[in-house]
Amino acid sequence: MANLLDSLLVIVLVMNLFALGTSRIQALIRIVGAQGALLGIILLLVHEHRTLPVVLVAAAGVAIKGIVIPAIMMRALRQAEIKREVEPLISPLSSIVLGATATAFAVLSAGQLPLVDQNEGALFVPTSIATVLVGFILLTTRFKALTQVVGYLVLENGIFIFGMLLIEAMPMVVEMGVLLDLVVGIFVISIIVNHINQAFSSLDTRRLVSLKE
Amino acid sequence: MALVLILLPIVMAALAAAIPSNRWRPRLLPVTALVHLATTVAVLAGRGPAIAVDYLVLDPPGRIVLLQISVLFALCSFYAVGYLRYREEQSNRVFCACLLAFLGVASLVTWAHHLGLMWVAIEASTLVTAPLIYFNRTQRSIEATWKYLLVGSVGIALALLGTFFLAYSALHAGLDSGLTLEGLLEHAPRLSKPWLRAAFVLLLVGYGTKMGLAPMHTWKPDAYGEAPGVVGAMLAGGVTSCAFLALLRVWHICHAAGEDAYTSQLLLFMGLFSIAVAGVFMVGQRDFKRMLAYSSVEHMGVLVVGLGIGPAALPGTLLHVLTNGLTKGVLFLSAGNIHRAYDSKSTDVVRGAMRRLPLSGTLFLAGFFAITGSPPFGPFVSEFAILNGAFDSGRFLTGAMFLFFLLVVFIGMGTTVLKVVQGRAPEQVLGTAYRDGLLTGAPIVVLMLLVLMLGLYIPPPLTALLDDAARFLEQRP
Repeated sequence: MANLLDSLLVIVLVMNLFALGTSRIQALIRIVGAQGALLGIILLLVHEHRTLPVVLVAAAGVAIKGIVIPAIMMRALRQAEIKREVEPLISPLSSIVLGATATAFAVLSAGQLPLVDQNEGALFVPTSIATVLVGFILLTTRFKALTQVVGYLVLENGIFIFGMLLIEAMPMVVEMGVLLDLVVGIFVISIIVNHINQAFSSLDTRRLVSLKE
Repeated sequence: MALVLILLPIVMAALAAAIPSNRWRPRLLPVTALVHLATTVAVLAGRGPAIAVDYLVLDPPGRIVLLQISVLFALCSFYAVGYLRYREEQSNRVFCACLLAFLGVASLVTWAHHLGLMWVAIEASTLVTAPLIYFNRTQRSIEATWKYLLVGSVGIALALLGTFFLAYSALHAGLDSGLTLEGLLEHAPRLSKPWLRAAFVLLLVGYGTKMGLAPMHTWKPDAYGEAPGVVGAMLAGGVTSCAFLALLRVWHICHAAGEDAYTSQLLLFMGLFSIAVAGVFMVGQRDFKRMLAYSSVEHMGVLVVGLGIGPAALPGTLLHVLTNGLTKGVLFLSAGNIHRAYDSKSTDVVRGAMRRLPLSGTLFLAGFFAITGSPPFGPFVSEFAILNGAFDSGRFLTGAMFLFFLLVVFIGMGTTVLKVVQGRAPEQVLGTAYRDGLLTGAPIVVLMLLVLMLGLYIPPPLTALLDDAARFLEQRP
């Protein structure tokens, strides 16, 4: 079981690098959707006792992260009629190198952290930190509004991985609340993205510069 | 009681979304607000249980924030009716629904005794306030909303990671406490220190983003500058108070764990840095609504400095939540009136507000004196108490820097405010339609009187509430 979990977490890490390497926004949304769905499946495998709350949270996770959010974002993308991230701050190749460095850093630093015995050696904590860092790389080096939202989702996925270690500590109400907030958040953001597109005829956030000192 | 306070506004929000009449819909705001205020007063007077279900407990710090938000919302709701009358051409469906929903989620923040639930409520408060900033439907307001949503969401995501770290610190120590405040406080000294410290940093950055502490304050001038005045009042006096309450809870856990030396360094640095940054950007500020945003950054800094000083400054800090929240109401509501009368928020155009709008202009000036800590207003008392706490606990350098930065802020803010209120109004604005009315004037007068009262005389029940809260926060297991 531990081997299977670790291989799945490695897939999550590889997806991070794919997300950094692609410049097609549609592919980016698909990758993040697949990553979210995979996390829901991992959550089911983590816990030996598949209690009702765990199953419900995992099912909701797959449905929301894998289906609902990608659908909302695809809709926003179609309305915006754009296809790729032109001229990111750093090229896809350098992003991958940066992301790989961040992953290596996460693996090394997680070895130094004081962990509970049963999490020792497992890939959860390093994967979580690496995914959070990749989310930040996407947020800061891409300029299309939708790509930045994808960055936020990757960041959220990283936090979700850490949360898997704690499912007993979090009541289901709270887990569901987190997922609901995420959906509503993406929904509101997509509406705003659509308005940005109409008002500025572009999704380039570098055009949003009229407010400054 | 908890259910009335939390669910009633949300039900009313749904009702507001269903009502077709643009004219009648805003009237739900004062109705809901008054029921909410009456219920709040009843709960505070002890006529109702302070524990609803497992995770919903109204503790003394929660009471203070609930009272502040309920009073501010009640007065803003009347103002909003008057304001929306001037904006009848535009649908206020989303506006009313979101404003009401905000009251519900803010109440949930004050009741939540589970750190995860509190996070959910604070994130929800970001989401329901975003459409409010976008009310004017201009390019600039879209830009402000985008920055508010993105910066706020990333900040709050870090706070979630911090919350998870906190849960892990309990798990690492082999505790079965989960994330309830009671459990964490009871076992605080046994929490795993490295995880607790990392959690504190993330939560400070996360909730600090929501409060608008420098250097995470970048969304604030944009959002406050573009939002209608009444929304600015609710953001500066409501959302920030909720985020501060969250930080206060985290501080409480670290205090109970005996981590004061570690947390106070970080808090003092962030607080003083925020006041300094606010001062720098206020000097020469020509947009008076952005100036108010920097004033909010400053006062979040004051609160965090108070927390960093520790137990000696707690009563002052808690009082400052009240005085700052109410004074921000005066400033943003009167600034909204001035903005409407001049159709501009730049001091290049806005001059002579005392003549053009005698009531709003005077209140804006009085609000300025109050917020910068001039006697005899409320913020003077609370800032003085924080300063006293700094000197009492031997933090002379902190106290001196605090005073110096407040002076810079006073000078910077004063220049802009005096430009707005003094002089002669330009010819072209004398013809605009807006005049001070009952609904857009009286709520500000009441708020100003409350601020004045807090400076001269604090009623005994309120003193008892503040003492209770300070005692509650000082206790260690």
